[in-house]
Amino acid sequence: MGDPSPDPEPQPQQPSSRRSSQVPQRRSRELSLPQPSISEEVPQTPFDGPAMQSSQGILASQTNLQDWSSGPPLTAQENLAMYPTEEAQLGGVEYPSLNMGFPSELQPQPYLEEGGMQASRNVSLMLQQLQQGQGSLFQQLDSTYLETQPDYLGQFNMYQGEDLQFDQGVPHGPYMRDDPTLQYSPSELGFMPFSAEVPEPEPRELAVQNAKAYLLQTSAGCSLSLYEHLVNLLTKILNQRPEDPLSILESLNRTTQREWFHPKLDTMRDDPELEPTYEMAERQKGLFLRSSAGGEGEQEMEEEVAETAVPNIMETAFYFEQAGVGLSSDESFRIFMALKQLVEQQPIHTCRFWGKILGLSRNYLVAEVEFREGEEEGEEEEVEEMMEGGEGLDPHGEEEGEEDEEKVTDVIPKPMWRPPPIVPKEESRSGTNKYLYFVCNEPGRPWTRLPHVTPLQIVQARKIKKFFTGYLDAPIVSFPPFPGNEANYLRAQIARISAATHISPLGFYQFSEEEGDEEEEGGAGRDSYEENPDFEGIPVLELVDSMANWVHHTQHILPQGRCTWVNPLQKLEEEEELGEEEEKADEGVEEVEQEVGPPLLTPLSEDAESSRTSTLAGATSTVPRTSTHPCQPPFSMSTPAAPTSWR
Amino acid sequence: MDAESLLLSLELASGSGQGLSPDRRASLLTSLTLVKRDYRYDRVLFWGRILGLVADYYIAQGLSEDQLAPRKTLYRGRGRKLGNQDPGDVVGSLNCMEWSLLPPATEEMVVQTSVLKGRFMGDPSHEYEHTELQKMSEGEKVFEEEVVVQIKEETRLVSVIDQIDKAVAVIPRGALFKTPFGPIHVNRTFEGLSLSEAKKLSSYFHFKEPVELKNKTLLEKADLDPSLDFMDPLEHDIPKGSWSIQMERGNALVVLRSLLWPGLTFFHAPRTKNYGYIYVGTGEKNIDLPFML
Repeated sequence: MGDPSPDPEPQPQQPSSRRSSQVPQRRSRELSLPQPSISEEVPQTPFDGPAMQSSQGILASQTNLQDWSSGPPLTAQENLAMYPTEEAQLGGVEYPSLNMGFPSELQPQPYLEEGGMQASRNVSLMLQQLQQGQGSLFQQLDSTYLETQPDYLGQFNMYQGEDLQFDQGVPHGPYMRDDPTLQYSPSELGFMPFSAEVPEPEPRELAVQNAKAYLLQTSAGCSLSLYEHLVNLLTKILNQRPEDPLSILESLNRTTQREWFHPKLDTMRDDPELEPTYEMAERQKGLFLRSSAGGEGEQEMEEEVAETAVPNIMETAFYFEQAGVGLSSDESFRIFMALKQLVEQQPIHTCRFWGKILGLSRNYLVAEVEFREGEEEGEEEEVEEMMEGGEGLDPHGEEEGEEDEEKVTDVIPKPMWRPPPIVPKEESRSGTNKYLYFVCNEPGRPWTRLPHVTPLQIVQARKIKKFFTGYLDAPIVSFPPFPGNEANYLRAQIARISAATHISPLGFYQFSEEEGDEEEEGGAGRDSYEENPDFEGIPVLELVDSMANWVHHTQHILPQGRCTWVNPLQKLEEEEELGEEEEKADEGVEEVEQEVGPPLLTPLSEDAESSRTSTLAGATSTVPRTSTHPCQPPFSMSTPAAPTSWR
Repeated sequence: MDAESLLLSLELASGSGQGLSPDRRASLLTSLTLVKRDYRYDRVLFWGRILGLVADYYIAQGLSEDQLAPRKTLYRGRGRKLGNQDPGDVVGSLNCMEWSLLPPATEEMVVQTSVLKGRFMGDPSHEYEHTELQKMSEGEKVFEEEVVVQIKEETRLVSVIDQIDKAVAVIPRGALFKTPFGPIHVNRTFEGLSLSEAKKLSSYFHFKEPVELKNKTLLEKADLDPSLDFMDPLEHDIPKGSWSIQMERGNALVVLRSLLWPGLTFFHAPRTKNYGYIYVGTGEKNIDLPFML
């Protein structure tokens, strides 16, 4: 290592002169005068290490070192840099210390592959000697070749440390280092300058080419070669620079492979999987658009703002959120817009968001609505006609049956069983049918009206327990059989939930004062109430402590399925045409007791099964702040039995 | 759900109607961070809330590096500290940031508490009284005697949480992977399920040690990837249809709800990393499930 150090100094003059003479003799060399200065510097790099590189860089950029790089000498340099033990030239690794503005490290390689081996070797030798800073290149070409070996070795050690970048496609490193042929540098070098034949690829280079060809092969199944895959993988890692890449290597591997085979779709075509999302977004966009009625419409809207039936969902949602119940604010807002749409479409007097019922495939959003006076829809009347038609058919069937039986000599005993009389359903706007209910599956979808509920449906609904699927026309398969489809079952459940759980603080509602109500109703109690203007609010602690401070403000549903008692036998007598004797005998058995339920505005403390109700388990510290506000929320009802919303 | 993405997760899981009030959310964020530091957990999950008559329980779980190792469960009641004789303010004491560690569940606990029905009270020291007929033998006589067994609510809480975990805790396929050495790790390159996968029950697994995996035929096992498919999928749960799978917001969110333990909601936004499950309910199993379907 120490030998070359004094050498550079006397060299500057000689090589330059000699090189200039040699220039015309080399076909690809264009060494210019300034170069020797650099060549002096170059050999110093092994000793000074990277510190010299920057200075070299400056020098190099000023001169046409580019020519130098294009020449084969560089190949030798690169090769030297690559192999720590030996200097044989093979394509590939750039010489880092000389990598100062060299445009392409690959240039030497093609040159090499083109077959100008002989010239390249000569030049490489010259270069080596330049490194050494020794004398005439020609002279050293032959003689000092072997002497330069140890120096090469020393230089290679230094270069090895600077080797950071790998030329593409050359799997060097362990492969090359383990190649036994590399150990024998002298012998290899020995025949290099002496072969005058057409250069055959060297064994190592051949090995490299073989390896690369092997990696580049693709199978019939896939068009991705391992070589390309590794390139992609390493490029990805270097670009993304994840932390701890070794631990996620396998996943990255898998991802890269997948990306190759599943490229992103064409930008012109929509992603088919996201279609429903876009559709839903389009539909909901309609919610946010105001009705385009023009100038008049806008003025009308301003006037109607005070009278609008749309409830303030966001406010109630805020209070529910304080209690830990409720939907996200985003969903609440969409529900608000959907209700607004409903109010615009139907003649609605008051509207309230009743709640959400979860179903198997879809959910239901329920709105409780009261129509304006006299605005009964035609749908209701059609439904009633159908029912009456159905009832009219039955008596005919009975008469025909009787005639047949009389003809037969053996009188088959008539069955004693008569189907229980159908309890008539309640009028609209009273009892269980006090409100109309509209449902939709998602905000943005059209609202569907639910039919009125019949007492029979309520009675049957009490006996079964089924999940909702989300489709209103789905049949309910159960035992005892439910008369109706999912829409009816839903309506029945809504009626039961409303009757059982709608409560308000004591005193918020009061009875309107009308005398003689109790007697007329036959003990069924009043069924109307109004807001109490003098209500002052009850302190929260009292509300939480005792159940007596909360009252129901919906009518209790009797076991019959109605809110007001109706004796089914009364109607039956009017319709009877058969023998009276039997009827009279039956009457004695069928006396039905009048059913009585707790009157309206009964406090919760009177509820049966009080263990099922909890005293506002969610009462948090924020509750005192919100509920003692002077402004009362318009509907101060809470549903502590929230799990019932499952059904 | 992961305590780190608590707010977003609560937002996504809010479709079931039960959530947390803002003050609870805020206190949870801070207290869960402290739990993670104190107990040195790798991940802390907010498991959910069990509603009781008087008070609710907030449950959290801590996971160590190996995701399938037995999890430590912590709970937090309201207004009472164990061992502290203060009556506790029912109107919510926000200083109740203390989490207590629950003992791990054992078989006997589960058997013992299977007789208890009804809602939770909300007080961990509440004792249920259950009368059992036990056969006592005195000499040669064998007679039955009624024995009143006292079971603490804490035990019941432990067994219920354990049952829910074993039955319905869900994780999407690909979120965890198994290393050749055995431990299970979180998959940092999990990019979410694709939409077509998200609609199938087979892409979701039970978050527990596999039970049915070894019963699969070789043909089925050939299609599985051992680093990803090492847990039981939801597909073969009995009874069939005990999971309700819905897409919300168009196709932007998948929500799975268990019908066996009503109140358990699992959500996942396809093509993103967000997923999680939370249980908010009364802690009662729905034994009428086969009739309700």
